[in-house]
Amino acid sequence: MAAGRRRVFPTLRARLPWPDCTGPIPLAMDRTDMTQTGSTGVIDRDALQALFDAVIARGYVPVGPTVRDGALVLDELTGVADLPAGWTEDQEAGTYRLRRRDDAALFGFTTGPQAWKPYLFPPKTKLWAAEATRDGGWAIHNTPDDAPDDTRPFAFIGVRPCDLHAIQVQDRVFLDPRHPDPLYAGRRERALVIVVQCGQAAATCFCASMDTGPRAESGYDLALTEVLEGDAHTFVADAGSAVGRSLLAEVPHDEAGADHLAAAAACTQRARDQMGRRIDTAGLPDLLSAAYDSDRWDALGRRCLACGNCTMVCPTCFCSRVEDVTDLTGDHAERWRAWDSCYTLDFSYIHGGSVRRTIGARYRHWLVHKLSTWHDQFGTSGCVGCGRCITWCPVGIDLTAEVPLIRDRGSKA
Amino acid sequence: MTPADRSAPLHPRPVRVLETRAEMPGCTTLRVAPADPADAADPAGACGFAPGQFYMVYVFGLGEVPISVSGDAARPGELTFTVMAVGAVTRALCAVRPGQTLGLRGPFGTAWPVEALTGRDVIVMAGGLGLAPLRPAIYHLLRHRDRYGAVALLYGTRQPRSIVFAPDLTGWREAAAIDVAVTVDSGDRDWSGHVGVVTELLKGRRLDPARTAALLCGPEIMMRFSAYALRDRGVAAGAIHVSMERNMKCGVRMCGRCQYGPFFVCDDGPVFSFDRVEHLFGIREV
Repeated sequence: MAAGRRRVFPTLRARLPWPDCTGPIPLAMDRTDMTQTGSTGVIDRDALQALFDAVIARGYVPVGPTVRDGALVLDELTGVADLPAGWTEDQEAGTYRLRRRDDAALFGFTTGPQAWKPYLFPPKTKLWAAEATRDGGWAIHNTPDDAPDDTRPFAFIGVRPCDLHAIQVQDRVFLDPRHPDPLYAGRRERALVIVVQCGQAAATCFCASMDTGPRAESGYDLALTEVLEGDAHTFVADAGSAVGRSLLAEVPHDEAGADHLAAAAACTQRARDQMGRRIDTAGLPDLLSAAYDSDRWDALGRRCLACGNCTMVCPTCFCSRVEDVTDLTGDHAERWRAWDSCYTLDFSYIHGGSVRRTIGARYRHWLVHKLSTWHDQFGTSGCVGCGRCITWCPVGIDLTAEVPLIRDRGSKA
Repeated sequence: MTPADRSAPLHPRPVRVLETRAEMPGCTTLRVAPADPADAADPAGACGFAPGQFYMVYVFGLGEVPISVSGDAARPGELTFTVMAVGAVTRALCAVRPGQTLGLRGPFGTAWPVEALTGRDVIVMAGGLGLAPLRPAIYHLLRHRDRYGAVALLYGTRQPRSIVFAPDLTGWREAAAIDVAVTVDSGDRDWSGHVGVVTELLKGRRLDPARTAALLCGPEIMMRFSAYALRDRGVAAGAIHVSMERNMKCGVRMCGRCQYGPFFVCDDGPVFSFDRVEHLFGIREV
């Protein structure tokens, strides 16, 4: 496999519009501006509704975590009252349970099944509609009624650092300057990003090893750290953009002193210390692209159900299919784009059959893409360490456990 | 950005079918030209392409499939596609009539490096309908015949009646500008030509490995054995070019379906020099 280990594709790299990176990702759409003063403050819990009010007054639709159907889901919020006060979640491989907290923390959890992906890259979108014409042809028309994309500006409230990185990873897919996706670009450009830094880690979290958390340093309009100390319940706020600064100015807040900033830093340090899982990323892209013949794939193929859950909950998975439909007259046609999963047989189907017939080959494709070939394609890892694929795998396949097994086998070979 | 071009890279442009020609049962060659006069007048050429590139071809209401251009790049204002009926959309394409309107997006992908091969001997190896994406390259080699050394077309197909572009093959053979060799997997009583796989046409053929470059298109297994056979004859992997095929929906690195190892076949390919994909060629289900 000497050829397999030589993994430099200079012609491919040279064409990438992005620099290769392992740490924080240079943003495609960065509004970060740290040079201004007045960018930090401390907001009391009781004043947090004022932030919602300010966001709504600016025309944003607040979207954030709320409890529904026994899970923390993202949905449109009316205010602080919709936030999951006093809830947390227990996550393990194949396990997810909501649990009451001892306190009234508003963001006392990590990540529910959804990321922000549905709001930027909707699960199903009409790309265009066309009508048959009298001359026997057809024409695409794009009245607002035909392609009703949701043009409301969203305010994402409670974006976790891993999920912020996931958005930046998808930026590289959909905002390639050579052919940006107009739907994604519009939604992304309109969105306001309010991060809530992590104060705890789920058992499935491994963002620290992926260098994507638990603290976001840039790429947001506003970042909050929830601090609960005794009776005090505050949010240490850091504005990362002009919009974030002016929002902060509209919300009653105190100046953030050194003690506040230290308390906020201690929160994220706690999350870092709690993190039980990790992936050793050293040399990982090369290792995996040379491990196509590992016997682990067969073992994984026997466990994996090919249900596609991991691809649906993954905040960076971007694959899609298109569906062409007509009405009953046959004169009106539409094309829809929908999320798809590389775990389906249809995904790789070409005449004569599917390329990846075995489940092991499909799992291999997913994992090698996520942790290895993503670097070749987009100059970054496709994994942000959110752990959703572990939690939501019905048979509990854990990539943080699988990677070392593949690594060990490689070193023996 | 106006509403009309909001999703422009994903919007097919209408083209009118000028002519259809049955190559064999279930395989048709279509000539199309822009339906919109504004497209036709576009100097950039609504129908521009480089040999080896493909378009996404849309049948109204049914769907879209990637089809390589099989016509001559030097004929502006029109495009030729050769389609095998293997699914719903390609069956519809094989049944279209002149005057019907199809949709096109493209051109997409990489091209055969015909300019870079100047001064070299060129072996073109085709398997089945793999001859279609190679035909524009052959037209180029013929048009600029003096720029190249020896040029050979080695074409393998299943049976005598599945030979496509028969008039071209006859013309090329008679003009003797290139060496044309055809083999079939199984002959019939009228077939007096070669029987066997396409790599057998390489046996005993004189070639200067240092001067030779090769363009390969066909089923993956045919390209694999052809590339290995050429390599065994001393042709450098970097001088062998293959055209890959994967399921694709968008053509712009976005739908993720056409991944082949680190590559998106729609944009990094379909034409790859063999040294870039050799490490993937021997692995199943990549």
